Amino acid sequence: MTPTLQIFLIVSAALFSIGLLAALGRRHAIFILIGIEMMLAAANLNFIAFWRFGQHPQPPTGVMIALFAIAIAAAEAAVGLALVIAVYRHYRTTNVDQLDRLKG
Amino acid sequence: MNSAALVVIAILTLAAALATATLQKLMHAALCFAVALVGVAAFFLLLGAEFVGLVLVFVYIGAVAVLIVFTILLTRRDIGKDRGFNWGGVLVAVAVFCGLTWSILKTQSLSSVAPHIRVLTVKRIGEALMTSYVWPLQCIGLLLTAALIGALILVMEERG
Repeated sequence: MTPTLQIFLIVSAALFSIGLLAALGRRHAIFILIGIEMMLAAANLNFIAFWRFGQHPQPPTGVMIALFAIAIAAAEAAVGLALVIAVYRHYRTTNVDQLDRLKG
Repeated sequence: MNSAALVVIAILTLAAALATATLQKLMHAALCFAVALVGVAAFFLLLGAEFVGLVLVFVYIGAVAVLIVFTILLTRRDIGKDRGFNWGGVLVAVAVFCGLTWSILKTQSLSSVAPHIRVLTVKRIGEALMTSYVWPLQCIGLLLTAALIGALILVMEERG
């Protein structure tokens, strides 16, 4: 059996759902960031799989988009973790349920 | 493409990702996250995008995972308190997975086999980056600089 595109897409969907589970289910701010990173990695896997199984334009578009997405994810992680540290300094907690000062 | 390697990598990746989402200890979860990213990088190698796989290892495991571990160590004081798990999130995640899988399996044109392609060398990627993608590349450079400065300003101690 040779692997088809479907297998990669299903693995990617599973990875995305697990990332969503981590982002929505946990109450720790760092877990939410980890979940978002995992969802971005799943999207990159989709880009690479579609590039590999599709027609081939001269600039390899899927690979380029995956590279740019990795760079943006790195910037997002840096800013997000800085925000976590700043919030921890103010409130002495990283539990997102306790950060409810703006709640009406 | 080797299907045995594919199955092994898929099981490893998804098990590590599931451990990341469910483990109670934050540090164990961060290390499992690194293992899951190694699995994704192995997928990239399997799909013939070696350069992107190596970039993923360097950027995610070399930088992002280490950054996460540092943040966990800096905010360690309240680890071990709240152990709650939001079951609504589990429901949403399972629903999203079922919907995605259903639509993937329903689409007929996705069951194609990979065509033979020319090897994607780093030279070709570099040429594309310096010709068709030179403006996105500059924008990414600007974005990374701005994000770096912004992160520094966010965590700087207020004096006086």
